[in-house]
Amino acid sequence: MKVAVCVKQIPDPALPGELDPTDNTLKRDGKLILDESDSYGVELALQLVEAAGGGSVTLVSMAPNNEVSGLRTALAMGADDAVLISDDALSGTDALGTAKVLAAAIGRVEPDLVLAGVESSDGYTGTVPEQIAAVMGLPSVGFAKKIEIGDDGLHIERQTELGYDDVVCPMPAVVSVTAGVVEPRYPSFKGIMAAKKKPVDQVTIADLGISADQVGWAGARQEIVSVTEAEAREAGEVIEDDGEGYQRIVAFLEELKVI
Amino acid sequence: MAGMEGTPDLFALDARLGDEETMIRDTVRRFVDSEFLPVVAEHFEAGTFPEELIPTIGEMGLFGMHLEGYGCAGASATAYGIACRELERGDSGLRSLVSVQGSLCMFPIWRYGSTEQKERYLPGMAAGEIIGCFGLTEPDHGSDPANMSTRAVRRGDEWVLNGAKRWITNAGIADIAIVWARSEEGMRGFIVPTDTPGFEAHRIHGKLSLRASVTGEFYLDDVVVPEENRLPDALSIGAPLSCLSEARYGIAFGVVGAATACFESARDYMLERPQFGRPLASFQISQIKFADMLTAITNSQLQAFRLGELKEAGEIRPVHISMAKRHNVRAAIDVARMARAMLGANGVSLEYPPIRHMANLESVLTYEGTEEIHGLILGQEITGIPAFR
Repeated sequence: MKVAVCVKQIPDPALPGELDPTDNTLKRDGKLILDESDSYGVELALQLVEAAGGGSVTLVSMAPNNEVSGLRTALAMGADDAVLISDDALSGTDALGTAKVLAAAIGRVEPDLVLAGVESSDGYTGTVPEQIAAVMGLPSVGFAKKIEIGDDGLHIERQTELGYDDVVCPMPAVVSVTAGVVEPRYPSFKGIMAAKKKPVDQVTIADLGISADQVGWAGARQEIVSVTEAEAREAGEVIEDDGEGYQRIVAFLEELKVI
Repeated sequence: MAGMEGTPDLFALDARLGDEETMIRDTVRRFVDSEFLPVVAEHFEAGTFPEELIPTIGEMGLFGMHLEGYGCAGASATAYGIACRELERGDSGLRSLVSVQGSLCMFPIWRYGSTEQKERYLPGMAAGEIIGCFGLTEPDHGSDPANMSTRAVRRGDEWVLNGAKRWITNAGIADIAIVWARSEEGMRGFIVPTDTPGFEAHRIHGKLSLRASVTGEFYLDDVVVPEENRLPDALSIGAPLSCLSEARYGIAFGVVGAATACFESARDYMLERPQFGRPLASFQISQIKFADMLTAITNSQLQAFRLGELKEAGEIRPVHISMAKRHNVRAAIDVARMARAMLGANGVSLEYPPIRHMANLESVLTYEGTEEIHGLILGQEITGIPAFR
């Protein structure tokens, strides 16, 4: 059982983020950490390999400056190795370009299953897993909350508004994992000590057979024209309770359709 | 992430940590924040430890984390210290559990035990499946353990143990006890399974400090253990004292965590609470207190980090540990008391951490060598004259 997990390394959300005024993208030149929304995919991958009685978990990540801090966290959780694509030409790459790069890297791994988070916590595009599937010509299942391996392929519970769908899907496939569906394990100290020695295959786009004009700003089909500050939230309504104030609260909640 | 969470790390000490040490710090911090702090107050009030967390603590690798092999992580001495600091930011009882298991129970087996003993016990202890307690202190022998009353008598291939041990962390929940006893051959250490006939443990009730930690006493009434349960390389009082040095090392780091928790609680409270029309933090008296607290914390951090360097260089001596344990516990208790008072009436509530830490630190001041005994160790270093008796 060979699982590839796409993980994004993002600026620490606990620190104030900053936009690059030249291209209106998030500055990511500092230390990056593992996107928490990807830790669920890592955990599921580790559980699947354990349940299968053996195999490997390979991380696939695209990040500037050969950044590996976030990868080390996932390696400390128990992933076996990683492929890191780092290349100056990748600056400005849009979601589809990212998917092409990740797909090329995943292709080298030849996994039985590809997992990814539904969306990243910095960009929130939420389209990369499906685009990877399309580029690779693999089945795509989104919003998985549970994955099991059966004789006839993957059995996936796909979260919906009303509940979940039971989906059976052949392997290999690309599955995006809903955040919060499993409890990601703590990196064990032994894992932390071992993570440094685990192989991280650092590749450039040339290694993947991708030319510079397909990625970065050159290959992007999007442009961030301008950035506007979010409007300040309006002050709330203050209701003086005349003994009937609760009715206003009930009416308000009904209006929101929460009761 | 800032060095010490919400406490200014003015001298950027945490920036000196390596990648692995930083990751260990962040992992312990996340565990304490998400799993321990939400439940500590209720356990403190009930006088219980959240035992359901022990398997997670084992899986993370906290037990015996600085030992090599036998299922232990083999982390650096500084990493062990930093982990203690983050644990004690939660509660001294949590750090005590890890200190006792790793430094007082696993360390003697690792250092003085046979290969069979190491293979039999250490992996299970590292995983938290076997919990240990350390029997040195007795009802009538605290600071003077060399004169203990517990006796071991050799009888063929067996040993017969008789005596009583008191103020024993984890007695009552432990699966094995490391028992120190005097014999005709000198001080000896034994691994005693707590289900051995004649072994009886009780919890100590009515304790107003370290309430989120199990403390007890146990009696040895003709307890028979085979020779293979004796720690073969432990041949003098120096053996249990070396275990204490390990644990005291962790305390020197640990109490910094308790102090930072109190400092942050007081600062946040005083920034938010207005009196006389402005935040309490804006008064000069508050700011001078903050300055004193942060200076005390920083001094303690400096001693702790240097202690880590000395340990890693193999140059550490008991007198180093005595100074840092004594200084840092005193500093932490002063910070805790100051924070307690700054919170006014709320300072006596378990809703805020200072009084819990303050009460805990009274135990930490006494256990693992009292403040006075460590002072006398320093006195001997300075004058060359032992003044213990």
